[in-house]
Amino acid sequence: MGSRQREISVSEFFTKNRHLLGFDNPRKALLTCVKEAVDNALDACEEAGILPDIVVKVEAVGNGGPPPPASQATRFRITVTDNGPGIVRQQIPPIFAKLLYGSKFHRLRMSRGQQGIGISAAGMYGQLTTGKPVQIISRTGARSPAHFFEVQIDTKKNEPLILEKKQIDWEAPRGTQVTMEVEGRYQKGRASVDEYVEQTIIANPHVKLTYMTPEGETKELPRTYDQVPESPREIKPHPYGIELGMLLKMLQDTKSHWLSGFLAGDFSRVSPRLAEDICKAAGLSPRARPRDVHGQAAENLYKAIQATKIMAPPTNCLSPIGERAILSGLYQQIKGDFYTAVSRPPAVYRGNPFVIEAGLAYGRGPEQAQADQQKKAVPLAEGETDQGDDRELARVIRYANRVPLLYQQSGCAIFKSVLDTTWRNYGVTQSRGALPAGPMVIFVHMASVWVPFTSESKEAIAEYDEIGKEITLALRECGRRLGAFLRRRERAYSEQSRRDIFALYIEEVVESCNRLKGGRLAVAKLKEQLQKMATKRTGGEKTDEVLGKNGSGPEGLPHSIIVTPDGVEGEVPTMIAEPPAAASANGHGDPGADEKDGEPSKAASKAAAKATPKGRGHGRGRRQSAGRATHGRKTDRRPRSAHRVAKPKARARRGKG
Amino acid sequence: MAAKARKMTTVEKKLVGVADVVIDAAQRRRDPTFAIPVRSLSNVTFDERKGLIELGRRKQARSFFNVGMAKKFMQTVLVADALCELQRANLTTSLREIYYRTKHTIKNSHENTLDTQDESDPLIEDLEVTLAALREELHVRAENAGSVVGPLVLVDDGDRVDCARLGKGGYSVPSIVEPEYLEIRQCSADFVLLVEKGTQWNRLSEDKFWRTHNCVLLTGNGQPPRGVRRLARRLHDEKRLPVYVLVDNDPWGYYIYSVIKQGSINLAFESQRMAIPKAKFIGLSSADPEAYELPRNVGIKLNDKDIARAKELLAYTWFQKKGWQTEIKRMLSNGLKYELDALANKDFQYLTKKYLPRKLKEKDWLD
Repeated sequence: MGSRQREISVSEFFTKNRHLLGFDNPRKALLTCVKEAVDNALDACEEAGILPDIVVKVEAVGNGGPPPPASQATRFRITVTDNGPGIVRQQIPPIFAKLLYGSKFHRLRMSRGQQGIGISAAGMYGQLTTGKPVQIISRTGARSPAHFFEVQIDTKKNEPLILEKKQIDWEAPRGTQVTMEVEGRYQKGRASVDEYVEQTIIANPHVKLTYMTPEGETKELPRTYDQVPESPREIKPHPYGIELGMLLKMLQDTKSHWLSGFLAGDFSRVSPRLAEDICKAAGLSPRARPRDVHGQAAENLYKAIQATKIMAPPTNCLSPIGERAILSGLYQQIKGDFYTAVSRPPAVYRGNPFVIEAGLAYGRGPEQAQADQQKKAVPLAEGETDQGDDRELARVIRYANRVPLLYQQSGCAIFKSVLDTTWRNYGVTQSRGALPAGPMVIFVHMASVWVPFTSESKEAIAEYDEIGKEITLALRECGRRLGAFLRRRERAYSEQSRRDIFALYIEEVVESCNRLKGGRLAVAKLKEQLQKMATKRTGGEKTDEVLGKNGSGPEGLPHSIIVTPDGVEGEVPTMIAEPPAAASANGHGDPGADEKDGEPSKAASKAAAKATPKGRGHGRGRRQSAGRATHGRKTDRRPRSAHRVAKPKARARRGKG
Repeated sequence: MAAKARKMTTVEKKLVGVADVVIDAAQRRRDPTFAIPVRSLSNVTFDERKGLIELGRRKQARSFFNVGMAKKFMQTVLVADALCELQRANLTTSLREIYYRTKHTIKNSHENTLDTQDESDPLIEDLEVTLAALREELHVRAENAGSVVGPLVLVDDGDRVDCARLGKGGYSVPSIVEPEYLEIRQCSADFVLLVEKGTQWNRLSEDKFWRTHNCVLLTGNGQPPRGVRRLARRLHDEKRLPVYVLVDNDPWGYYIYSVIKQGSINLAFESQRMAIPKAKFIGLSSADPEAYELPRNVGIKLNDKDIARAKELLAYTWFQKKGWQTEIKRMLSNGLKYELDALANKDFQYLTKKYLPRKLKEKDWLD
C-alpha cells in the first residue's frame, strides 16, 4: 500500500478539478480564458500607472480545415494585447506556465487577481484541450527588444516547459500579448464574452478596449474617464483578521526580538502602547521572545487581541471606482433615464477593509420613450392593457475588485442584498422574494484586499454580515434617489396629464351637452369658458417648472444623471477627447459653476469615497456629508496632487463630442 | 298612450338639465358640479314603522375640474346624452348597449371614454337617483331573469298571457312590469311563493305545486331582478296576496329575503316601489335541519366569507328582531349552511310533498 502513496502536483489536481477554476463547460471556459487574460493586463497597467489600452481578439479556429462560423466553432484563438509595462524575460515562463506563481497572493492589497492561478490555468486548459502552447510577446520599453515565448506547463512538476524563445520585432513600444488556443463555445447572451466586455467597461471607464468578436466585428469601446485608479497601498494584516494558526506562524517568522515589537511592527493599527496593553491582558511579558510564545500562551495572546479595541484597518490599500467614474461607465454603456452612484465609506470584515459601491441605471432612454409614444396609435379594446415596464426584471451586475462576476448570481451576497432591499419603498414594484421589476440595472462593486469568494473560480461573494449590511446601505441610498426621481417625474407627468385630460374631456363634455340641447348650443363659447377655467386651475406656467422645463439641475440628487428628451442634467461625464477649449466655453454666467464644476472630477478620484468637498451644501443630504467628513478624519489621506484640473461639467448629449 | 308621451318629456327635461348644469356653471365661472346622493350603507336608514330601507340625504359632489372626478364627470354627461337619445327615439335598451353606445376614443388621444361596462353601470344608477327617474323611465331594461307560473292572467303588449297554461316553463318576467307595460288582468291565487333558485322553482312547477296549493310561483334565479320584485309587489298590493320567500339557508339567502322585504342598500331609492315589508321568510331556516331530520352530512361548512357576511347581517338594523338574531346565530353555531336542493336527500319530491305543506300548515315562518 505504502508504495502507492505519492505526491500530487497542484497542476495534476487542477487538471482533474478544472471546474473549480471556472472551466466546467466550453462556453464558460472561453469566457474564463478571456477574463483571466484581461484581468492580468488591467492589473499590470494600473500597477504601472498606465491608462490601459487593451485589444481583445477572439477568433474561431478550424480543426485542420477552414474556420467554421463562430456559433458552430469548437476551437478559439484568444489574443489579448495590452500597453502595460511588459514582463522581464526571465519571469515570462513561470507567470504563464506555473500554477500558484504570482505577486499578488502574499500581500494585502487590492488587485483583480489574487492567487496566481488564473492565466496559467487558462493556458493549461488550452494545452489540455487543443495541445497548443501559450504564446507570449512582451516588451518592457521602446529601447528593449520584444521577446517571443511559447510555453507549456509540465503538469507533473508544475514547472514551465519552454518550447521556443526568441527576440522578434514588434510594432508596439511596450506591452504584452498573450495568445492561446482553447476549446470553447461562443454564444451571445447572459454570461457571454460580450457581456463580460460590456460589464468590464462599465466598471473600468478608464480603459480603452477594442474587442474583435469571433463574428468578425470590431467593437471600439472608448475611454470615458482619464485617470488611472490610484494605486492601492500594501498593508500589514489587521489583528482582527487573522486566525490562531496564522498568528503562530507569524510569531515564528518575525524579525522582532520582543513580543511588543512584533505586535506593533507586524500588524497594522497596533501602536507600541496598545501592544503593551495586549501583552498585559494576555499575561505575557512585552519583552518575551516571540518565538517562545506558543501553546496556551499563544492562545491567550490571541484571545487578548480579539478582546482589545483596535482601530479599523487603514483603507488606502483600497481603490474604489468612485461615484463619478461609475456614473460615467453606466451612462456610456446603458441606455436609461436616470443614473446614480453611491460609494460607501470603507468598512471591515474579519480584519479586511472593504468598500462597497452601488450604482443604478433606470429607464429605457429618451429615444425608446419617444418610439413608444409613436407606437401606441391603436386604441385599446376591453381587457387589453398597456404592457407596462413592470414585466421585465431588473438586471444585477456584480463586481469584485472591478472584475465582473457573471456566474452563480443566486449564491452571491450582492444578489441576496438586492432581493432583501424593499424596492417597493422607492416606487419600484417587486414581488415577494424576487428581483425588483422594471427597466433597471443595479450595479454593485466590492473592493477589498481580500474578496471572500465562495469558490476558486471567483464567481460569487460569500455572505458576511458586515458585507451584506454595507451593500444594503448602498442600495438603499440608490433606491432613495431613484424614488425621489420617480416621484418627481410622476408629479411632473401628472401635472402635464392633468392639463391634458381637461383639454380632452372638455371636447367630449361640450359635444354631449350640444347633443342634449338638440344642437342649439353656442359650442365655441362654452368650450372657451371651460378651457379658461382649466388653465387657471392647473396652474399655468407653474407646471412647466415642475416639469423641469426651465432647465434646472437634479436638485437634491447627488451623483445622479437625469436624461430627458429635452436634455441631460447632472454630472454628465465629459468625453476625454474633448479639447480643453470646452472648459472656457462653459462659463455661462452661473455663479456656482466653478465650485460645482470643480467637485465632480475630484469626486472621481479615489478619495471621493472618503472626503468630498462640502461645496454643494444645499444639494446633498446633511447626514451623508457629515458621515463622510467624520470618516475623512479617520483615514490617513494622502495629499492630492495639485495639477489635477477640474473637468468642465458639460451639458453634452450622449455620444462622441 | 297620451300619458306615456307626457312622462317621456319630463324625463327628457331632466336629462337636458344635466347639460344645463354645465352651461350655467361655465357662465358663472364655477366648477360644473353634480350633487349625487350617496348609495352606501352609511347613507341609508331603516324606517321601522314603514319597514323600508330609505336613502338618506347625504350627497357627494362630482366636479369636472377635479383630476380624480373629471373622467367620471365626462362619462356621466355622455351617458345622459345616450339616455336622452333613447327618450327621443322612444326605444328601450340594455345596460351593455348603453356602454357600447357611449364608448369611443377621445379625440386626439388614445384614451377610451369608457374601458369596461363596470364604469358605465353605476353612472346609470347615479343618474336614476340624481334625477329621481326610474330605470324603466330611462328606458333601460335588464335581462329577463325570472319566471312566473300560476293562476294568473297578464296582458303584455296587448297579448293575453295565461300563466296557468304555459306548461312547466312559465312566463318569463320582463324587466319592466309597470302597469303601462304589463297589466294584471286576473289572479285567483291565495299567495305568492318567491323561490331563490330556478332549480327548485322547476321542481315546484313540474309537480304543479301552484295548482295543489293555489299560489303564484315566482323565481328570480338568485338575487331577484327588479321586474320580479316589482311584480311580486304589485300582486301583493293589487291582489292583497301574502308573499312567502323560499331561499337557501345561508347568509346570501337571508339577504335576498331582506332585499325583497325592505329593499337593498344600493337601490334604497327604489324601496318605496319594490319592497314588500310584509313578506315572510318560509325557509330554509337554520332550525329546519333538526325539525325535518336532515342528516348533518348534507350541510356545507360555512367558509370565512359566509361567516363574515353573517356577522354583517347581524349588525344591520333591519335584522335586529329577536327571531332573526337567533336564526342567524343558530346557523353560525351549527357552522353549516344548507341548500334547498339538499331536501332531495330524503326524496325527490320532499319539497313539494312534505316540506312546504307542513311549513304552510304550521305557519312556520319568520317575519
